[in-house]
Amino acid sequence: MLNNVGRQTRPEGAGGDTEMPETFTGNRALNLETPLIFEQGVPGRIGVDLPEPKKVKAKLGGLARKGRIGLPDLSEPQVLRHYVRLSRQNYSIDAGFYPLGSCTMKHNPRINEKAARMPGLGDIHPLQPESTVQGALALVYELAEWLKTITGMPAVAMSPAAGAHGELCGVMAMRAAHEARGEVRTRILVPESAHGTNPATAALCGYKVDSVPARADGRMDLEAFEAKLGPDVAGVMLTNPNTCGLFENDIRKIADLVHAAGGYFYCDGANFNAILGRTRPGDLGVDAMHINLHKTFSTPHGGGGPGSGPVVLSDALAPFAPVPYVVKDDNGYRLQEDVEGDAAQSFGRMKTFHGQMGMFIRALAYMLSHGADGLKQIAEDAVLNANYIRVGLKDVLHTPFDGVCMHEALFDDSTLKDTGVSTLDIAKAMIDEGYHPMTMYFPLVVHGAMLVEPTESETKETLDLFIGTMRHLVDKARTGNDPDFFKNAPRYSPRRRLDETGAARKPILRWAPEGTE
Amino acid sequence: MRYLPHTDDERRAMLEAIGVGSVDDLFTDIPEEARLNGLLDLPGHATEMEVDARMRAFGAENLSPAAAPSFLGAGAYRHHVPSVVDHLIQRSEFLTAYTPYQPEISQGTLQALFEFQTQVAMITGMDVANASMYDGATSCAEAVLMACRVTRRKHAILSGNLHPHYRDVTRTTLQYTEFSVEETDVDPQGKTDIPEIGKDIACVVVQNPDFFGRIQDLTALAERCHEAGALLVVVVTEVVSLGAMMSPGEMGADIVVGEGQSIGVPLSFGGPYVGLLATRQKFVRQMPGRLCGETVDQEGKRGFVLTLSTREQHIRREKATSNICTNAGLCSLAFSIHMSLLGEAGFTKLAEINHAAAVAAAEEIDGIEGVSVLNDSFFNEFTVALPVPAEKVVSQLADQGILGGVPVSRLVPSQKDLENLLLVTVTETNSSDDVAKLVAALKEVI
Repeated sequence: MLNNVGRQTRPEGAGGDTEMPETFTGNRALNLETPLIFEQGVPGRIGVDLPEPKKVKAKLGGLARKGRIGLPDLSEPQVLRHYVRLSRQNYSIDAGFYPLGSCTMKHNPRINEKAARMPGLGDIHPLQPESTVQGALALVYELAEWLKTITGMPAVAMSPAAGAHGELCGVMAMRAAHEARGEVRTRILVPESAHGTNPATAALCGYKVDSVPARADGRMDLEAFEAKLGPDVAGVMLTNPNTCGLFENDIRKIADLVHAAGGYFYCDGANFNAILGRTRPGDLGVDAMHINLHKTFSTPHGGGGPGSGPVVLSDALAPFAPVPYVVKDDNGYRLQEDVEGDAAQSFGRMKTFHGQMGMFIRALAYMLSHGADGLKQIAEDAVLNANYIRVGLKDVLHTPFDGVCMHEALFDDSTLKDTGVSTLDIAKAMIDEGYHPMTMYFPLVVHGAMLVEPTESETKETLDLFIGTMRHLVDKARTGNDPDFFKNAPRYSPRRRLDETGAARKPILRWAPEGTE
Repeated sequence: MRYLPHTDDERRAMLEAIGVGSVDDLFTDIPEEARLNGLLDLPGHATEMEVDARMRAFGAENLSPAAAPSFLGAGAYRHHVPSVVDHLIQRSEFLTAYTPYQPEISQGTLQALFEFQTQVAMITGMDVANASMYDGATSCAEAVLMACRVTRRKHAILSGNLHPHYRDVTRTTLQYTEFSVEETDVDPQGKTDIPEIGKDIACVVVQNPDFFGRIQDLTALAERCHEAGALLVVVVTEVVSLGAMMSPGEMGADIVVGEGQSIGVPLSFGGPYVGLLATRQKFVRQMPGRLCGETVDQEGKRGFVLTLSTREQHIRREKATSNICTNAGLCSLAFSIHMSLLGEAGFTKLAEINHAAAVAAAEEIDGIEGVSVLNDSFFNEFTVALPVPAEKVVSQLADQGILGGVPVSRLVPSQKDLENLLLVTVTETNSSDDVAKLVAALKEVI
């Protein structure tokens, strides 16, 4: 008999064979293993057919390679099968619900992928004469215009390659602006709930990081913040909505205070999805904010990149933006590539060439698809979904902060106290239930944090089943008296829990042939 | 809207469950004066067909190198990417997965990264490599920071014949740190002349083949670095060269950084690409970026995890080795798949084809009156001295539908003495016919 989600129902306690016997091959039906690529090569095979090289006298300066590299030789179908098998050992947003807080795992539309590969877009060289890439420059320019309108900011630096790279861009612009005024400032204020990249970025810009505590309601402590301001403060780095999933409702005061002290306001835009079309950073007093195109604007996460992190800038910081950028004039579009002329105050260059064009194409396709109405609906549905989960779970999981949340719902582990089951155990049990776990133990300010970000892509049915699953797991933890059920999870994934301590103690970071090392 | 599943009835039911009257009640934390009433001043949503047409129109305004004889390089190279590569990286499980923080359900990404790290270590002749950086130039900046940490010294020497963007990015990245760089002269004629390496120098950074395409034996320079207690950082912007040349590791490099775009990654107008960073085992704990390591699971099966994360920002915060969070995941996968298809035989042969095609083309170009090839050694890119400014020539060639190369002045605009120099790249994608067209057009415009 099947229950309503297609699972075999079995009376509680009726047993059943949970320990599956080993197979001869190590495979389990559709769960197929594949050795390392290096263990599959046979000299003489090849996965590409190449023409014969022209006969010439080499001009390698006498430095031709002599020894073997050690790469394995495989045929095309072998390589294909290897990676298909590998892919099946991954969870993905296409396959299931991925409520990973702070990461905005939304649907990745395929028209975006198609556009990124179109002739004249995916195959053009960054150093072609400008006259041959007017369409590409127009596209970058148009995306910049959309970003400026959506954020209400006057300028945008397109080249940063990811969120943390965007932070670096914004904070460098702050420092360049202070130096242009002849000011030496040494401290940056960062709330204790911030992403780790914020303090790491500030440090790379030569600043001392001064941590600001949170209030009981999960927002930055305004009084503590004000007390820390001074002539040595370069600015504040604040995530809004913050990492607790809450809107910093004092944001305008924070902006006014930091400006009055001569500092700048960097906003970490990782959570911009929550406020699209509902408010604009330009109306909140922000001087710089990066936008993760791979979060808010749906470019795929790709197993950890590539990202893209354009940074919108206020009038005060715009002159210090990095090169290159696209300029539109009577003759069409051109690139300002060097620190000179209008860009004389630019703090420099952050990246080879012009930015993550492949991501720009996808993000613009996404924006065009949604339009003004769809962008606003994104934020509304994302926030609606998070609150629906918050309310659906708040009687079984404790919410450390009262009231409505933005795009993500934050829970702590207080209702798991004395059960022997931790946040990590719940997460691993979620894997067996077919979910990617939520973000765990972040933000650091909440004990055993579970940060759930459903995004706008999910149906009500998905959210209801998720709520039901979480309630079931928490209930099992509290009444089941069986912590081992959780400690041994996950059971059904391609691998059980992995020895991460062992991996760090004696790092094996590459394959090596038998008998070496 | 096709991406948003809720019906209005469902939205109402959910608002009721939450206990609020309208969606506006969920946004009351936004200060009233900053709330946006109405819609942004942007067009409304568009159908997929409309978006398709719009994006195609942008593409139609560009001259695709696939439709023109193309000889562009200078840090980004056009190579044939086997169809398998793009097919595989578009599999949902690779494309739409997050960073593999939950190893039990991310073994696909993790094993692929472990294989990528191994391939990069092998071709560079180093012990270990990380799971990739944003691109070659940011890898270069990170390598200099790493060398400063390893040696506890504060200055770096950058060769003037290092790609100008790499020098710019390194200078920009270091400008607000306690570290500094000095740069030697740009010299298309000579060998990189590194001055005395003082006791305050953390590393010397050189590119091989250099920006002008010249290949050098760096063994003696490595020895000089090591005698002075400094590291040698070798930059490779065209990784295919490693299939033909002695590896930087064999020459004594301590850190090798590179741009991996040539293998598996489309030109895409400059990004996203994939930065490579490889080094010696003893420096592992000072490396930036993600690392994947081998371990075992509860049942003793081999598996992979992200490791040594105590170097990284999410644990170490302001004391991290780098602020980097994202890597170039999907591009590193594309690199790895392409490299797996090539294998030892294919990778070395691909390099041979590139070199031979470039040698043949260089001979023809050198035969044009008033034109000479400067290099006595090169891989697939060389420097051509023209009797007139290269930018003008390139523009005239573009009018004829030929992408004839990269004028050195595009990247080094400040040096008038280099304005007649043109960088020309020839890869396996260039036919003899392409070269003939370039030669004929050059004869005509000069």
